[in-house]
Amino acid sequence: MRAAVIQFPGSNCDRDMAVALDKVSDNNKQTQMIWHKESGLPHGLDIIAIPGGFSFGDYLRCGAIAARSPIMNAVVDFAKKGGYVLGVCNGFQVLTESGLLPGALMRNSDLKFICKNIKLRVETTSSYFTSAYTNGEIINVPIAHHDGNYNADQKTLDILNNDDRIAFRYINNPNGSMDDIAGILSENRRVLGMMPHPERLNDPLLGGIDGNRLFESITTSLFSA
Amino acid sequence: MKVRVHITLKPGVLDPQGAAVRRSLDSLGFDGIEKVRQGKVIELDLKEADVLKATAQVEKMCEKLLANTVIENYLVEIL
Repeated sequence: MRAAVIQFPGSNCDRDMAVALDKVSDNNKQTQMIWHKESGLPHGLDIIAIPGGFSFGDYLRCGAIAARSPIMNAVVDFAKKGGYVLGVCNGFQVLTESGLLPGALMRNSDLKFICKNIKLRVETTSSYFTSAYTNGEIINVPIAHHDGNYNADQKTLDILNNDDRIAFRYINNPNGSMDDIAGILSENRRVLGMMPHPERLNDPLLGGIDGNRLFESITTSLFSA
Repeated sequence: MKVRVHITLKPGVLDPQGAAVRRSLDSLGFDGIEKVRQGKVIELDLKEADVLKATAQVEKMCEKLLANTVIENYLVEIL
């Protein structure tokens, strides 16, 4: 698998993401790190990941400035041509700010930064990112965010629900997200944005492996298709 | 030309920060507050001297970056 991780000033989960992607890739294809000022992407990429962190210090709005950086034009083109894009935490915020995913992520309803392991329900296995889970399965994944409160108008929520585009829901909603939404898919199901961090729970040494199957789903989808 | 942009949450979008400010004002003894909504103000100095052109330019900035029109409204004020 040829994977790339985009790095912005203030990204801090970029290397964790690369480790998680390397773990499911062939040995000789290391994940490439791409600086936000690049205007083009390497040829032949299978997937781009936008990592967590605090890009540009969360100035203006979380992910807003990152979403307008030079590399994002190339990422949007890549996604529009059917490329796979995964955005986690700040990466999810960047994806909504860039218009690749609908809605917006607002300040947590209790105004607190929340950093803990939470339980998620897998709402669909019909996606390139969730096929290795079972429908309705409860998994453990960490969250660490201040602005994870998913907000969208009713029409958007209806579309997400009717088209089976809600990938994960919180069991005990920690942040006020509408409809308990923790992660959503694009219309072509090839872009996933989620606030929880699957890359932080993909090895027994980290306390769990529930996050790993998300990355396994990606390789299975890519290479059995 | 100096321009001030007011960015506010759209009606109906929950504002937990405004609600917290309101609770704090309540606890300080300010009575009769029906509602608090928090927004932001961005001031710009532009080379453009024409009001219509400046307004159009700043509205474009709002659409592209300054506001997230999914959840926010903006108002451009020429000073």
